[in-house]
Amino acid sequence: MDRKDSSDLASPVVPMSAAGSAEGFSSILFGPKDLLQSPPPLQPDCFHDLNLDQIVKQAISGFTEYALEAFFHQPLRDLDALAWRHEVFRDLEAAPVYQALLSFAERMRKVRETLTRTGKFYYVRQKQAGLVAAAEDYVAVVSALSADLASAKPTSRGLTAFGAWLSDHVAGSRFTTLCAEATAVRGAMASLRYSLLIGAGTVRVSRYNESGDYSDIVTRTFEKFRQRAGKGRDWKFPEMAEMNHVESGILDRVALLFPEPFARLSSFAETWSAFIDPVILRFDREIQFYLAWSAYLAPLRQAGLPVCTPKLSRTDKTESVEATFDIALAHKMVAAGTAIVTNDFHLDGPERVIVITGPNQGGKTTFARMVGQLHYLAALGCPVPGASARLFLFDRLFTHFEREETVATQRGKLEDEVFRIHEILQAATSDSVVIINEIFASTSLTDAVELATKVMTQIIERDLICVCVTFLDEISRLGPTVVSCASTVVPENPVERTFKIIRKPADGNAFAIFLARRHGLTAEQIAERIVS
Amino acid sequence: MKAFLMFPDRDFDPDQWLIVIANPYPRRDGQPPGPWENLPPLSEALFRDLQLEPILQAMARDDLFLYEVSRRGLLSGSRLDRDTSLYRQAILRDALTNPGVVRDIYALSIEANEAVRKAGGGLGFSQPSSILSRSVEAMKSYMESLRRLRDIATLAGPDFRSPGFSRLFAMLGEELDDSYFAEVAAHLKRLEFRHGVPISAEMGQTCKARDYVLRMPSEENAGWLNWLFGPHEESYTLTLAPRDDAGATALGELRDRGLAQVADALGQSVDHIHSFFDMLRTELAFYVACLNLKDRLGELGMPTCLPDPRPKGGRATTCRELYDLALALGMGRKIVGNTVDAGTSDLIVVTGANRGGKTTFLRSLGQAQLMMQAGMFVPAATYSADVAQGIFTHFKREEDASMSSGKLDEELARMSGIIDHLAPDALVLFNEAFAATNEREGSEIALQVTRALQARRVKQVTVSHLYAFTGTLHAQSEHSFFLRADPAENGAASFRLHEGEPLTTSFGADVYRRYFVDAA
Repeated sequence: MDRKDSSDLASPVVPMSAAGSAEGFSSILFGPKDLLQSPPPLQPDCFHDLNLDQIVKQAISGFTEYALEAFFHQPLRDLDALAWRHEVFRDLEAAPVYQALLSFAERMRKVRETLTRTGKFYYVRQKQAGLVAAAEDYVAVVSALSADLASAKPTSRGLTAFGAWLSDHVAGSRFTTLCAEATAVRGAMASLRYSLLIGAGTVRVSRYNESGDYSDIVTRTFEKFRQRAGKGRDWKFPEMAEMNHVESGILDRVALLFPEPFARLSSFAETWSAFIDPVILRFDREIQFYLAWSAYLAPLRQAGLPVCTPKLSRTDKTESVEATFDIALAHKMVAAGTAIVTNDFHLDGPERVIVITGPNQGGKTTFARMVGQLHYLAALGCPVPGASARLFLFDRLFTHFEREETVATQRGKLEDEVFRIHEILQAATSDSVVIINEIFASTSLTDAVELATKVMTQIIERDLICVCVTFLDEISRLGPTVVSCASTVVPENPVERTFKIIRKPADGNAFAIFLARRHGLTAEQIAERIVS
Repeated sequence: MKAFLMFPDRDFDPDQWLIVIANPYPRRDGQPPGPWENLPPLSEALFRDLQLEPILQAMARDDLFLYEVSRRGLLSGSRLDRDTSLYRQAILRDALTNPGVVRDIYALSIEANEAVRKAGGGLGFSQPSSILSRSVEAMKSYMESLRRLRDIATLAGPDFRSPGFSRLFAMLGEELDDSYFAEVAAHLKRLEFRHGVPISAEMGQTCKARDYVLRMPSEENAGWLNWLFGPHEESYTLTLAPRDDAGATALGELRDRGLAQVADALGQSVDHIHSFFDMLRTELAFYVACLNLKDRLGELGMPTCLPDPRPKGGRATTCRELYDLALALGMGRKIVGNTVDAGTSDLIVVTGANRGGKTTFLRSLGQAQLMMQAGMFVPAATYSADVAQGIFTHFKREEDASMSSGKLDEELARMSGIIDHLAPDALVLFNEAFAATNEREGSEIALQVTRALQARRVKQVTVSHLYAFTGTLHAQSEHSFFLRADPAENGAASFRLHEGEPLTTSFGADVYRRYFVDAA
């Protein structure tokens, strides 16, 4: 995740004209400076721990052909590029813009499919006809997008610039000629109708003679035997796009019957072997990032969960987020119709570290993961879960989660943990974010307290933003930069969790007391039950 | 074309579930009857409590298909309306008068499908052209069977009076006249496509043809000859190389596309005629099974009658020589029946001696009611009762004789299960209900249930030895009728019930004494 680009130091303000001029348009996703990293970055290490792998996988599941993973693997540090994305996302919240882009994507997909199929055809006439069909569709989808964008009036720098470019492109002579020729050829071909008489090893091709549909006639004769509304047998004919030699032989004879339309077909194919514009091609892929993420957020928004554009800073390390949630979990719960608990958190003044203690299954890990997700998604320029979010823009995001012991590591579990946390502290800068889940749970309590205190002290000294889930209460009392939070239970029913994580001092034995009461074993209960 | 012999306006077995049993492998012997889906709720209890098994066996005569049709025909009777019961009764009367013709048509309905099946009729998964040629053959066979069926109908028609048979026979005559058979024959000949398969097509995207439509095949001497010698038409012919197997396959597929719809239509028609014969067979099976039962009772010299179902809602219960059919069939000899006139009572209470014929009476009444509603004759010299909105039984289970809260719990759960399905004018038969606890508790529960059901206009026949219950009923005996079984005199019970109030003395003491005192 080595990302050192000059934009770090550059002014975030870019003149509109840089991206919006008629002479060119480069990227809807990476802004006027085109920050696209090449070769594409690998999946960051934190992905698995934060469930970002699940999130991204689900978000792009309907978008396989666009290879969007790489876009999710490249968080940005350029505030202007992030603002550029925020603007596009906001445009997509307006139905007309969203629908226009959705329909564009859908139809472009069909164009590409047709072209791919056509490319594989063996018979020349089929190749030619496929090209015409694809060209006709392409002309229609591009014109539609141009018109739709013009009427939807997007306000983002990205879509405004693209719209302007597209409008010029569609009016251009190359595009209008393509349109006219494709329509003419298709019209001439579509009306052709002919008759076949299939004998043994022969088929006779002639012009079409009107006569009744014999299947209907037979059906009517036997109608009286119908016992119930039956549905027809679903014959499975192999629907090959490719012709076989019998079909092509028939086609050649149809061409003899109708020479003129076939001549026009072959002349079109010679002229227009490649017709898709490269700018449109790139736009088609990159806009999917926005569509995918918007679609991913849609069910959450529908369920009434808040989503917001985060306010980002590269200098201010105080943070404040309201009503946020684990986005992967929320997806599952919305699907299952379960209510979702939202959480707030904030880091004020010198506060940098959130230490979470409290009963198990109370949402501690989920909370830590959620904070990590928030930071990462914010760095992608995506809208994030929450009613409002003010976040620090990290340079690197590290996670340290308990891991299954792997055969590959020769080190013991404790040693492995120490090794990994060391690696993290080596690589981290003061602008990094660290998410820790259950540190040193595998060793004795005294060892754990001692080691964890040492690690956390380093983190505090280096001014890292950190979330740490632990059962070690001591960690939560390491000074004014540490905020102690805890998972909570319903007071009347201690076994029921609220999944709320709130600021409160760590209190290790609270849950044990609740459990004891449930079994009638608190000091008072025992006193009552033993009747003297 | 529909048989409509079980209902005036619909098929007996719309899911053709019964056909599944008949073809190709019937349910194996020895399996418990079932399933119970698509039968009135709690049919299994009814089947068990009324001892329907020997009755069904007499109807089936070892034919599992007849067994299953009888089972469903009989059990579904509990929910039939009076018109349908009478509709069936009229058909049954015809069948009883013309048993030979009915059995002939039944045999034909089986043979028609057998003939096609033996010729490889099962269409399975196949290509249109092979489906088509097999369908053409099957259709030829069916046309023969249909012609025979129509001939029987024409000949025997005047002897049948019921609306059901009259409608069926008239329909066969009208739909299947000679000109129709000729029309079908002409199609079947054309569908052999002696002169090639004529198809039209349209140019689709990427030059693939689409919308293959079969056109009228030319008559004899037309087609190729017409093309060769007829008026000139511009055409080009593709001829496959002699060993072009791929080409032959492709051409075959093209032909199949053209034939798909007509093959489908003809295949479906074959299926439909198959269904028609199956349905005819299924619906006739019920009456054939009734004939079987009638024959057996004739051998035993037991009387039967076509009962008189009274309209739902009015109360009536009258019978002469009503006997337990299961018992008669099981013993294989003549047995005595009961003659009762309960008038317009909505509650019949049966008390009295153990082994005095109480349960037998209760069962015989349930059987007769069910058979009447199913459209059958009943085991009695006469029987008349109002049609019930569902027939339910709550019988003491042999295995829950012991007193325990678990047993009472089970009984109450069963009662609650019945209540789930009760509506006014239902009939509930109780046999020693709520006896799984002490008399006081049992009586209190029984009384509450009985009064509540009376208030909801549910007709009840209850056999009980809980005097606290029956005595209270007798003390406030509106719309109630009391029957009593007497203890055996000189060691032989009469098994005849007579009208009489509940008696406090438990007849169980007699039985006790017989073993503990007499034996001493």
